[in-house]
Amino acid sequence: MAAVTEAPPLAPATPKKKPPRKRGRLTPYWLLLPGILWLVVFFALPMIYQASTSVQTGSLEQGYKVTWHFATYWDALAQYWPQFVRSVLYAAAATLLCLVLGYPLAYLIAFRAGRWRNLIMILVIAPFFTSFLIRTLAWKTILADNGPVVGALGTLHVLDVTNWLGWTSGDRVLATPLAVVCGLTYNFLPFMILPLYTSLERIDPRLHEAAGDLYARPWTTFRKVTFPLSMPGVVSGTLLTFIPAAGDYVNADLLGSTDTRMVGNVIQTQFLRILDYPTAAALSFILMAAILAMVTLYIRKSGTEDLV
Amino acid sequence: MAFVNWLKRNLVVIAGLLTLGYLLLPNVIVTVFSFNKPKGRFNYEWQQFSLDAWKQPCGVADMCGSLSISLQIAIWATIGATVLGTMIAFALVRYRFRARGAVNSLIFLPMAMPEVVMAASLLTLFLNMGAQLGFWTILIAHIMFCLSFVVTAVKARVMSMDPRLEQAAQDLYAGPFQTFVRVTLPIAAPGIAAGALLAFALSFDDFIITNFNAGSTVTFPMFVWGSAQRGTPVQINVIGTTMFIVAVLFVLASMALGNRRNRQKA
Repeated sequence: MAAVTEAPPLAPATPKKKPPRKRGRLTPYWLLLPGILWLVVFFALPMIYQASTSVQTGSLEQGYKVTWHFATYWDALAQYWPQFVRSVLYAAAATLLCLVLGYPLAYLIAFRAGRWRNLIMILVIAPFFTSFLIRTLAWKTILADNGPVVGALGTLHVLDVTNWLGWTSGDRVLATPLAVVCGLTYNFLPFMILPLYTSLERIDPRLHEAAGDLYARPWTTFRKVTFPLSMPGVVSGTLLTFIPAAGDYVNADLLGSTDTRMVGNVIQTQFLRILDYPTAAALSFILMAAILAMVTLYIRKSGTEDLV
Repeated sequence: MAFVNWLKRNLVVIAGLLTLGYLLLPNVIVTVFSFNKPKGRFNYEWQQFSLDAWKQPCGVADMCGSLSISLQIAIWATIGATVLGTMIAFALVRYRFRARGAVNSLIFLPMAMPEVVMAASLLTLFLNMGAQLGFWTILIAHIMFCLSFVVTAVKARVMSMDPRLEQAAQDLYAGPFQTFVRVTLPIAAPGIAAGALLAFALSFDDFIITNFNAGSTVTFPMFVWGSAQRGTPVQINVIGTTMFIVAVLFVLASMALGNRRNRQKA
């Protein structure tokens, strides 16, 4: 209290001495304060609450208490490891597909589109503005059992191959891993295309000419010049695709079956239907830790630090 | 042989256009099926052409109500996230301060975190505080996850600004406030607008975080999710189609505006 009563006589004296500096020095903190406070209270603090919930025991009726019950983690992993493995596999497959499908389109927009560039760009972004749930439901129509896509895949014996691989079963695509990966790929494709385009656009087209002048064939030019220079886009694109895909439960729920449940589905049901908060919090904590670890490792390996 | 050569040269164009088709196919389906007259409760199979849904877009109970809740939340979340995010972006670019690294990671982490983790942890906070889940908890959550995206968008623009313009304004006896309102803000405006647009789109379309923190409040994505279980009304497709058209028109209009302004400058 003493400090507070003493403060007022001091405070006006200092600004009189050198007013602009003093104000300038505090300005950034005032600018940061509300936004950072928001993130601390509603992003960082919840993480701590979640960590504490994961080591609590009790029941909904009697309330939960922190008992440092770490066994929740082992039980959760022992029971739900298939869903964890599935999440990583599906997300990895979707990310790879996004890269393979997205690269040509990003390349097309960056180097070959000419005056169509803006229009194609709009067509890539515009679907974002239609609710993604509606668009995901449209895949139910596209992949319908008696629809043209499944019919064509069956006639071409593609389904025999995917059945053998375990990606589909019987003569259906819906409710199989293939449908879920297809939905994930579709939903996160723009997150791959946009960063790829940004880094491809920065490449000086004269480098391609130079490579050609030095007798590099188009494929060699791509492998030795274009692709290495687009690495920042590849890295941020894969991260922006993999992270949301690994935590997603919408595609697995709408396009999959009980055999395609991912870890997001488990967290959602545990939290909102079964109301087993400690298990749900532990699962969510494991997912967060796993993804942060993978992301850190990946960024180190690929040597690109300036992502944002 | 000529054809093979042509194919070789344009392989990347063909592949790119195929991907574009993959991206747009669901939108085509959504549009076509907005003219469908389904037999059962689900609008997944084509039956016959009908304009019923377009004539009565609000003919389904609760759907337009959920749309209005989504719009309200999106507007307030956009305002909140844009104001807070712009302030942070200016602080990051223009000032030196302590704990810059910590601030940067606090802004980066929400974008690098799976949505379900943020959703679940925020719910544990609200449950522990005994907060009533509903409109306000959704709004709080939306401002939280939109904030980082606004910061990134505005930061990019402010960083590319020429600081000499502001010095020039001050040399011409503009006060700090006048400089900010008449020089800094207009130059930063496209970045702020991009951030706000992104925040609006993210908030309006958010499902996972809302699903966890909505209580019994039903936003439009929540309505669509529920209808996937109960039966999908054709009106959902009408809304989806309208949103797509409005978005394309909006982007085209803003591009035309930008072109005109550039021409005026030149």
